[in-house]
Amino acid sequence: MSARGARILLHLALLALAAVTLLPLLWMVAVSFMPAGEASAFPPPLLPHHPTTANYRLLFAARGAGRYLANSLWLASLTTLCSLVFNSLAGFAFAKLRFAGREALMRTLLAALVIPSQVAMMPLFLMMKWLGFVNSYAGVVLPAAAGIFGVFLVRQYALLIPDELLEAARIDGASEARIFLRIVLPVLRPILVTLAVLTFLGSWNDFLWPLIVLTDQRMYTLPVALATLSREHVQDAELMMAGAVLTVLPVLVLFLALQRYYIRGILMGSVKG
Amino acid sequence: MRAGLAGWAFVAPALLIIGVFFFLPVLAAFAVSLTDFDLYALADLRNLRFVGIENYLELLKSRDFWRALGNTCYFVLAGVPLSIGVSLGAALLLNSRLTRWPALFRTLYFAPVVATLVAVALVWRYLLHTRYGLLNWALGFLGVHPIDWLGDPRWAMPAIILFAVWKNFGYNMIIFVAALQAIPADLYEAARLDGANGWQELRRVTLPLLRPTMLLVAVLTVAGYFQLFAEPYVMTEGGPLQSTMSVLYLMYEQGFKWWNLGSASAVAFLLFLIVLAVTALELRFSRARDAA
Repeated sequence: MSARGARILLHLALLALAAVTLLPLLWMVAVSFMPAGEASAFPPPLLPHHPTTANYRLLFAARGAGRYLANSLWLASLTTLCSLVFNSLAGFAFAKLRFAGREALMRTLLAALVIPSQVAMMPLFLMMKWLGFVNSYAGVVLPAAAGIFGVFLVRQYALLIPDELLEAARIDGASEARIFLRIVLPVLRPILVTLAVLTFLGSWNDFLWPLIVLTDQRMYTLPVALATLSREHVQDAELMMAGAVLTVLPVLVLFLALQRYYIRGILMGSVKG
Repeated sequence: MRAGLAGWAFVAPALLIIGVFFFLPVLAAFAVSLTDFDLYALADLRNLRFVGIENYLELLKSRDFWRALGNTCYFVLAGVPLSIGVSLGAALLLNSRLTRWPALFRTLYFAPVVATLVAVALVWRYLLHTRYGLLNWALGFLGVHPIDWLGDPRWAMPAIILFAVWKNFGYNMIIFVAALQAIPADLYEAARLDGANGWQELRRVTLPLLRPTMLLVAVLTVAGYFQLFAEPYVMTEGGPLQSTMSVLYLMYEQGFKWWNLGSASAVAFLLFLIVLAVTALELRFSRARDAA
């Protein structure tokens, strides 16, 4: 086969895969702008004949979408903030501060990475119930406020900080807190962006735990609200697709803006974790 | 000494959270799995009884558990090789020297990975609709009669597998691309000087060098696919005829629909042990092959 033929075949394959990947997402957007009932036809329409924003308006006016959007944004932001603070402190300490029991502690945490989070969920729910955190933001944020993966992500990066840099600051009489704030945090910036993106997307997309711990509809996040709404409104394809767009769009935009950092996180997490 | 105190002070908040909200519940889960914790115990702890391994025995005798485990294994056994195959194929396409705009295609292929699972599962629910779905419409051009994807017990799991491959292949693709880029170019040149064609290059150079990555990807994907939950929750509600009821779905229903928290904890532990055993087997299998 000629090089030219190979090149054309290769790009046909690339384009075909791109079409299959994007079609469901594009269809979702198209249907979300169709008037109620239009998508339930044969052959299935690919574009709205008379585009309308009625579904979005209904979603916000009658289905409380603004509330769910605010819940999701608030929970994901708060989780991200906590995760940045706690994981960066611990990650840096595991990499650069000597303290008794450090190695044993690290091995224990690493080994615990194999335990899936659902194992903890039943007692966690009981604990939240006793603490009065069921159906509260704290119930969602606290279990994700620090995590083994996050600690190790920061640690791997912090290992690269030269010891001389920290020693010089110590000789100058700087406290550990000051060193962390003034020297370490600026150096860790790239990995903290990675951690922030991973945490925000993870929290936004999380489903099982919010489904369990949030029992009042007013507290629902977008995915939980969407899953619940879809059970009552299966036949309203257009309305549901507007809800899906609302849920997916923020994370897709965030990913597109910061994908370099996100992909670094995947590679560090899977290659070294 | 000062560093010692500072070290503990720095790790303390994270350790406290991980300890209280992860380690403690995991240990407690084992304890709960040995009790008959149910709605009555939830109301008043005095109703709680220690039952030993009875929850586990009950599960091993119940048809629902084996059914859920069977469905989950079906999902893993068919879904993991398919996913990894598509990931590897996409990575090879992206990594070819002839490919224009590899970064653009990579971003496009990755979009489903970051998209919210619940939302895109809902999209697929409509794409798989028997009469109005795009998939049956497209298959119609190939002469295939409409398939009741989510309503027919034989097709519901294949439909979910199809969805999972679409949703997840981009993740492993990224890992494969990184591994492919790490293969030195002179290895390919040497192979070409020896007269190898593209296929032989793939078989003799690329795939053998990808072995460690393949193992890593397999371990991660198998462990992930055993946690099947949101897909059937949104697309089929475990049906039809329980054909997509997964182990995690069973745990959710036992625990938070029927409030049998003891039994649900036992389900979670059994799933954990199964994943652990399968992972150990994968590692041993790969070591045995490396030794051979």
